[in-house]
Amino acid sequence: MSASRYDAIIVGGGHNGLVTAAYLAMAGKKVLVLEKRHVLGGAAVTEEINPGFKYSVCSYVVSLLRPEIIRDLELPKHGLQILPLESTFTPLPNGDYLARWGDHDQTRREIYRHSPRDADAYDDFGKLMYQLAVAVKPILAMVPPDPTSMSPKDLMGFLRLGKHFRGLGHEQFHALHKLMTMSSADYLDEWFETEALKATMSSSGIIGTFLGPRSPGTAYVLLHHYMGEIDGAMRAWGFAKGGTGSVSESIASAARGHGAEIMTEAGVAEVTVKNGRTTGVVLDDGREYSSSVVVSGLDPKRTFLDLVDAKELPGDFVRDIERFKIRGSSGKVNLSLSELPNFTAKPGVGPLHKGAVSISPSIDYLERAYDEAKYGDFSSRPYMDIIMPSMIDAGMAPPGKHVMSIFVQYAPSDLRGGWNETKREAFGDAVVDTLAQYAPNLPDAILHRQVLTPWDIDRDMGLTDGNIFHGELSLHQLFCMRPTVGYADYTTPLRGYYQAGSGTHPGGGITGASGRLAALEILKGALR
Amino acid sequence: MSASYDTVVIGAGHNGLVTAAYLAKAGQKVLVLEQREVVGGAAATEEIFPGFKVDTGAHRIGGLSGAVVKDLALAGHGLELLEAEVTAFLPVIEGTPLTLWRDPRKTADAIRKISPPDADAWVPFTELVGKAASFLEAAWTSTPPDVTGTDLGDLMATAKLGMKLRRFGKRDMVEIMRILPMSVYELLGDWFESDLVKGAIAASAVSGLCQGPMGAGTVYTLLHHHVGAGQGVIRPTRRVRGGIGRLSEALAAACKAAGVEVRTGASVERIMVEGRTAVGVVVDGAEVRAQRVVSSADPRRTFFELMDPTEMAPEFARKVGNIRYRGVCAKVHLALSGLPDFACRPGEGNHLAGVISISPSLEYIERAFDAAKYGRVSERPYLEVSIASLADPSVTPNGKHLMSIVFQYAPYALQDGEWDDAARAKLGDVAIETLAEYAPNVASLVEAQHVLTPLDLEREYGLAEGNVYHGEMTLDQLLFMRPVPGASRYRAPTAGLYLCGAGTHPGGGVTGVPGFNAAREILKD
Amino acid sequence: MLRTTPFHSRIAPLNLAQNWRRWSGYLAASAYEFHHDREYWAIRNSAALIDVSPLFKYSIEGPDAERLLDRVVTRDVTKCKLHQVFYTPWCDDDGKVMDDGTLTRLTPDSFRLTSAEPNLRWLHDNALGMDVSIRDISDDLAALALQGPNARRILHDAAKGAADELRFFRLAKGEIAGVPVEITRTGYTGDLGYEIWTEPANAEALWDGLMESGESHRILPAGMLALDVARVEAGLVLIGVDYVPAHQAVIEGRKSSPYELGLGWTVKLDGAWFVGRDALRAEKERGPEWEFRGLDVSWDSLEVLYGKVGLPPQLPSEGWRTSVPIYSGDTQVGYATSGCWSPLLKKYIALAHIQSRYAKIGTDLRMEVTVEHYRKKAVARVVDTQFFNPERKRNNPEPSAAVKAEASA
Repeated sequence: MSASRYDAIIVGGGHNGLVTAAYLAMAGKKVLVLEKRHVLGGAAVTEEINPGFKYSVCSYVVSLLRPEIIRDLELPKHGLQILPLESTFTPLPNGDYLARWGDHDQTRREIYRHSPRDADAYDDFGKLMYQLAVAVKPILAMVPPDPTSMSPKDLMGFLRLGKHFRGLGHEQFHALHKLMTMSSADYLDEWFETEALKATMSSSGIIGTFLGPRSPGTAYVLLHHYMGEIDGAMRAWGFAKGGTGSVSESIASAARGHGAEIMTEAGVAEVTVKNGRTTGVVLDDGREYSSSVVVSGLDPKRTFLDLVDAKELPGDFVRDIERFKIRGSSGKVNLSLSELPNFTAKPGVGPLHKGAVSISPSIDYLERAYDEAKYGDFSSRPYMDIIMPSMIDAGMAPPGKHVMSIFVQYAPSDLRGGWNETKREAFGDAVVDTLAQYAPNLPDAILHRQVLTPWDIDRDMGLTDGNIFHGELSLHQLFCMRPTVGYADYTTPLRGYYQAGSGTHPGGGITGASGRLAALEILKGALR
Repeated sequence: MSASYDTVVIGAGHNGLVTAAYLAKAGQKVLVLEQREVVGGAAATEEIFPGFKVDTGAHRIGGLSGAVVKDLALAGHGLELLEAEVTAFLPVIEGTPLTLWRDPRKTADAIRKISPPDADAWVPFTELVGKAASFLEAAWTSTPPDVTGTDLGDLMATAKLGMKLRRFGKRDMVEIMRILPMSVYELLGDWFESDLVKGAIAASAVSGLCQGPMGAGTVYTLLHHHVGAGQGVIRPTRRVRGGIGRLSEALAAACKAAGVEVRTGASVERIMVEGRTAVGVVVDGAEVRAQRVVSSADPRRTFFELMDPTEMAPEFARKVGNIRYRGVCAKVHLALSGLPDFACRPGEGNHLAGVISISPSLEYIERAFDAAKYGRVSERPYLEVSIASLADPSVTPNGKHLMSIVFQYAPYALQDGEWDDAARAKLGDVAIETLAEYAPNVASLVEAQHVLTPLDLEREYGLAEGNVYHGEMTLDQLLFMRPVPGASRYRAPTAGLYLCGAGTHPGGGVTGVPGFNAAREILKD
Repeated sequence: MLRTTPFHSRIAPLNLAQNWRRWSGYLAASAYEFHHDREYWAIRNSAALIDVSPLFKYSIEGPDAERLLDRVVTRDVTKCKLHQVFYTPWCDDDGKVMDDGTLTRLTPDSFRLTSAEPNLRWLHDNALGMDVSIRDISDDLAALALQGPNARRILHDAAKGAADELRFFRLAKGEIAGVPVEITRTGYTGDLGYEIWTEPANAEALWDGLMESGESHRILPAGMLALDVARVEAGLVLIGVDYVPAHQAVIEGRKSSPYELGLGWTVKLDGAWFVGRDALRAEKERGPEWEFRGLDVSWDSLEVLYGKVGLPPQLPSEGWRTSVPIYSGDTQVGYATSGCWSPLLKKYIALAHIQSRYAKIGTDLRMEVTVEHYRKKAVARVVDTQFFNPERKRNNPEPSAAVKAEASA
């Protein structure tokens, strides 16, 4: 037993765990962060797998990092620099393309080229999404109340929520209802006629889910694209200088600045429990650290089924966690390139290379990619969201060379027959082949290729089944049901044990919101 | 001719008749106008083969409202409900088939041969479905609240529903909330391991829906079809003796008893609107004036065909235009010389008395749905087969049998080609081929065949896109969203115009509840 | 890259100040000279030529064209005669203004609608069930505004008399510099003026022709800064400045009805139903909450306020478009949305939204002015929005012989 005692131990140095650590440390608590890997950040890491080329191995864009976290932790002082990522370019099989640029008039003109009506609708749609983002924001920022509880705190929470919704007015309330329940394809069908536009917009609704664009429940993620705007941070969609790992590094630096202790290569084997409360942790190498508060930044499966002895938890709760849906559906391919891809639809090097490239020519295309995954195959023609970080931040690759980050869907975690090295590379080949249809020079430009399947993401990054959101963001796993009713307020059935990962409300993406809300709850609870 | 009525009801479908009967009982002078020669709309029994009484549209009744049966004394007007001990038979090509019984313990015993853990899970699962369905039932009979409004009655109604949910106890309450928006694929994954058991249940969850079992919200559809089913019953199959048309006849009799005038073969051309108020209808060229007009037709027909879209605000018209119908069901009726003989369970028997469900696995249904996504007919469809003549020999000539098949998925909008005779015949063949994989003798028994494609359903019954539910039963088209916000409380934005069809809350199926609720709201005004 | 208008090859070399702005995705001149005052005086004293091509333009044709427009706009379109032009706003179903523009009946069954914002989707939505074709012709039509007291004489020379007898808000067809044009007697300056429409391919010839004919009449190309002052003097509302289009307003409070914008005269409540009518009828019955008014800021009051810091009144030379609080006593009762120093009237004027009960013409309110970093309140009298409304704007010309005589004089 180590002599030093901590006010709190954070299991997992992912971005949420680091945010929790930083907030607790800022409040004067003695905090220890334990990270299994040699780098901090979890899925938000930058690694130089191929010398000279830096990969944002998993997460690759910073979209929704909460501005209050940037403010409170003074992240720019700790090196955070977000470079804007303004455009989305969708090459089409017929040799044309659809682009959405940073400038409103330019985008309007481009959409107009495909459909004059859609150009009008795009503006109206933007306004509605803005309104709904305003409506949803307070919900994302609140600690979910427990619907089964009769405590004044929870009842007040629901009363506030009811009042909030009633205050929205008919139009917005109904629009929100539709957004929460519809498929992105159906929802966008009500607005637009251009296939490529619908497909590219709907792709934001399927990222990280095991759903196709025609599956109900995929529409509401459309909102996410507009969430950034309401914090006065127009174009929040961006790329962190130095790669996504620098986001984690800046949060870690802030945490250290407030006195937190952070250890890497310190994997936690077990959270120790005595009489229904946590007493500390035991590391893989046998070292022990004691603390009456342990916070897990891992996903709910690992948090409750791996770190803790199931006997210590109520049976119903264990069952809830067991059936928490966490299928992984996406993979990642990182490439080192000798030259930039030359897209047939818009030859040469241009502004498009500084933005995102989306392989999403039609709803049917995405849906077919999903169909394959439904039955246990990876998509032979997958959906891809691509950025070329070296075009935004020259430091990511040696001069004249480039790196390319390709988010790929679908790659089911439960691949028929299981994943292995051969299948991983076959998946990588499918990605390169598909891309070569739009940019024929790509295969010959590849200097190095890193392929991550859900299998790799689970094994290397510690995300169960490679699910990038720590659990699917479907309606029945949101808000007061994330990860399960009664424990959506970052507490657990064990006293002193807290959860702070994306598996809690509001979850998903590099937002830091879960980590921050967890810290605030801990400071009101066990560490008051 | 210009007689004046208190209320004119468009369409003598079962909901239209229910509304008419209640309004007349309350003292109104009511006229019902039906385009077809028979009443009942899609709940009609017709002799399409000589001597065969075929339920051409709906062939079983869902959660038919007990209140309606009682209030309108339908039993006295000749309604008799039949319910077989077997609810569904799930044949397989290889392995052990499954029979579902009204008695859940009997079903559990049947499942034990396939999967012991699933057998253990069965009764608790039916209990959950029963509780959730009874919660829905409470929501069915109340008018959807105006959620953003301040009406105290509405708030009370919502609060009452919340209390109903709480009464189930903490665990069940959470569970019902959790499962409502889920996909049936996810739900069944939590409970069962057997493909066949999952296929047996999931089929009910996609019935009439352009979704596969992996689509979120399909648990809701499952529960919708289990309202009023009785505790422990999965896949209820209540029929009407003599054919479902008897229900419509009983309703028509109840209407007449209450003083309603029902006119068949009376085609409403349009709803007359004067000064943005509905004042009557034009029927076969003649004006019929009334204090109010109640339409049991679906929203598209009501607002876009019977009215001029320019009569409504563009925002409202846009919403009506956005209602999704997407009919995916075709009906195949077969006159058979004998009974099908299933290879997995040879011979005649009780197992044929419920529905025969060709849905051997979730994946089978999902693949059938995949075709519909791209505008194609399933090569191997999900079939819901009933042999009405088994429980009720009165519907066929001696010794003959009548088989009704709901064929899913047959999308209304085909990607290639259209619903012509060739496509119609092909669909019939696919149905028979599919069935013959399980019961090889079927093909040789067929004496006559009759197919209704979604397009036929639209033309014959006026169902937009052949959707029997007057609009998809998806989470975004339910409750205060049904048919569209602004008309979800049975009142259209046009003064004097009301809706009472399946396009309104709580939606489709032979329940009579939309008609019942509409009458209540009309009498309030 | 912003797009350029069909006149770009002509206006670019003239733009000495390289002073451009963005207008609906196009490059538009703010001012051609280093200061816009000569351009302004051209509008009021001679003639100004303004490139207004970035306007949105729609062609509405077919048997139901009249019915569609009558349903969309607040005015009674059945009263719009052949070759007549209507200025009109249009509303959503809550009676809130979405846009305003002009509509011209080109033939019995075809109209042209101009607007400041895109309206294609809205027109389509309203056309459900109608036999009408709607086309966006924004890029098919170049447009110039020729505004100022000499405009008629210039057109007389340029269009060979085709518009000599053209009445206020009417259309004539003709030819200028050998290219076919349509001329409407419309504009955004509150002065005698015309707008001239032609195909983009003819744009340069049209420009050259008008500049040539205008040379002896002291024509000047004018930009948006000059136009802005002129339109405030004329009391004309500007979308996005004086009101937020209803479909873009994020909150209810940002929307305005025609009554609240001083456009009640365009609302016909007794004709056929149009979108927003029911709401507007109800609003008319209870009276609008807001009025749109002119404010004449007292010079004496300004002199006193500035005098206290030892300065004469310091007023902006350009029109402003910010929201400025209006008070009755110390209670805020409204806000001005546009204002300028009127070089012609020698007055400091503003256009303001004022709560109805404080909006009676002649009421003295107070407008916030910033005097050397400190917020003060100057006396401002509520007046009609039309600060300047010359007879020549709408008078009907003498028979053409007289015009010729005048022109040759």
